[in-house]
Amino acid sequence: MIDTTAPGFWPQLFETLLKATGETLYQVGVTMLITLVLGLVLGTLLVVTDRGGILERPFGSLVAGRVINVVTQTVVNLGRSIPFIILMIALIPFTRLILGSAFGVTAAIVPLTVAAIPFYARIVEISLREVNEGLVEAGHSLGATRWQLVSKVIIPEAVPGLIRGFTTTVVSIVNYSAIVGAIGGGGLGDVAIRYGHQRYSVIHIVAVIIVLVAIVQIVQVVGARLANRMSHR
Amino acid sequence: MITLNSVTKTFGDAANPVRALDDVSLSVASGEIFGVIGQSGAGKSTLIRTVNLLERPDAGTVTVGDRELTALNDRELLQARREIGMVFQQFNLLDSRTVRGNVELALEVVGVDRRERTKRTNEILELVGLEHKAQQYPAQLSGGQKQRVGIARALASRPRVLLSDEATSALDPETTESILQLLRSINKELGLTILLITHEMDVVKSICDSAALMSGGRILEQGRLVDLLSQPGSQLARGLFPLGELPEGNSTVIDVTFVGLSSGRPVVSQLARTHQIDVGLVGAAIETIAGAQSGRTRLELPGTADANAAAINDLRAQGLVVEIVRSGR
Ligand SMILES: Nc1ncnc2c1ncn2[C@@H]1O[C@H](COP(=O)(O)OP(=O)(O)OP(=O)(O)O)[C@@H](O)[C@H]1O
Ligand SMILES: [Mg+2]
Repeated sequence: MIDTTAPGFWPQLFETLLKATGETLYQVGVTMLITLVLGLVLGTLLVVTDRGGILERPFGSLVAGRVINVVTQTVVNLGRSIPFIILMIALIPFTRLILGSAFGVTAAIVPLTVAAIPFYARIVEISLREVNEGLVEAGHSLGATRWQLVSKVIIPEAVPGLIRGFTTTVVSIVNYSAIVGAIGGGGLGDVAIRYGHQRYSVIHIVAVIIVLVAIVQIVQVVGARLANRMSHR
Repeated sequence: MITLNSVTKTFGDAANPVRALDDVSLSVASGEIFGVIGQSGAGKSTLIRTVNLLERPDAGTVTVGDRELTALNDRELLQARREIGMVFQQFNLLDSRTVRGNVELALEVVGVDRRERTKRTNEILELVGLEHKAQQYPAQLSGGQKQRVGIARALASRPRVLLSDEATSALDPETTESILQLLRSINKELGLTILLITHEMDVVKSICDSAALMSGGRILEQGRLVDLLSQPGSQLARGLFPLGELPEGNSTVIDVTFVGLSSGRPVVSQLARTHQIDVGLVGAAIETIAGAQSGRTRLELPGTADANAAAINDLRAQGLVVEIVRSGR
């Protein structure tokens, strides 16, 4: 058992938590930054290259459109259907290949990103599909190019949904980032395992839970506010 | 200005083909307001959507101005679309942009620089009477105001042609009237050619110079309203003058149409005097059509066959358009 009355216990706990929280935020932050870009790209591709989509025939080729669509669908489905814990283990060789090491705070970003991108891509797809077909039509009537349709009409109109979906994704990734702690990914999950599990410190577990709940709450509230502010309906 | 030549469009599959456009030819003159009217499902929307090639016809050609759109490549088509404005029944405004932003979109697409965009947007918002709403979002506007934004957006890049698919169908009668007057005034002031779709005869009556009647993917008749009025058997003309049911019995019934100035002439009393027929007045309507007052009177002629024939000939000799609705026995 851990002695909570030992001198320096509380400052040490605080320091441990601060460092772990920093690691978690760093992992989640970098993951979400990459996810924002790639998730948007993949999600948009899913929509525009679909049958009847505005990029059904890239370079004038229906085959190219189908190929891009099917490949994207497969990648996203694959990513979505593999349980995170298995994905994480399966990616160890890949992570080692690109980062030189498969474990550690930064290395954990690889499996987190691979899990987050398909998750967000699906949400992007759903949000973009909700954009009124009539607006795309109006864009066409103005003589907008396909890129203008995506960048000036479809994505801006989907922004509130994209923000809400992003919030949901962040919450999931905070959750996964605790799991990577179990295989040496650092962060709050690591604290829970090392102190809470291996040294039976209830106080560490409780502290980690409080911090995680606080992070999730803040993300939710900020996301909802932002989405509402961007929605002019 | 707009010419459709033998345009055909089929939806559905080989087993259940839907002929939305069946060999449609249409000709809209420069500077006129041309109305296409027809029942739901007649193919009106499909027709107007082929004009800017939102719908590509299976066969036939579409020409706007001096450009045959059906012969253009994708790049050229975008260019051509920028010279054709379009307004929609559901307005189709971007919720994410203010009124100003919605209008500017049309200019951004064309690549107009920021200063010029602001200037042009101010100008066009003033034209549609919405300069005070520039910073509002569409959700804060009434239906009529939304449609004004739609019109402003469509006109921003100075097109020569405006397409309107049921632009007033989602609006109440008063607002409809104000939007129609706006269309009329931009038609006059800017010399804009307008092709509009409607299912209401009143719309045709109040602003159109020409019209076409559509049914089952075909155009049944088309032409200038003044010409259609004096065309016996014209269904469009009949629609413009609702005269109600025929009277009971089997007397001879005729419709006499007065186009323009002849309206005021004392035709009925004259007939009674010269032909000794007790002319019965069954119905009458006076409408201002294409800017001129025109009227149609439905008369019952209870005379003998010979007397009636003489009366009809007399009327025709005076240059009136007479249509025999029922030939008595
Ligand atoms: N994209 C489409 N796919 C399949 N069928 C279609 C499509 N668009 C139109 N149609 C069919 O073509 C016919 C003509 O439709 P269209 O929308 O042009 O009629 P409309 O005259 O505009 O009717 P309304 O007054 O109800 O708007 C209808 O039978 C319709 O079901
Ligand atoms: Mg329609």
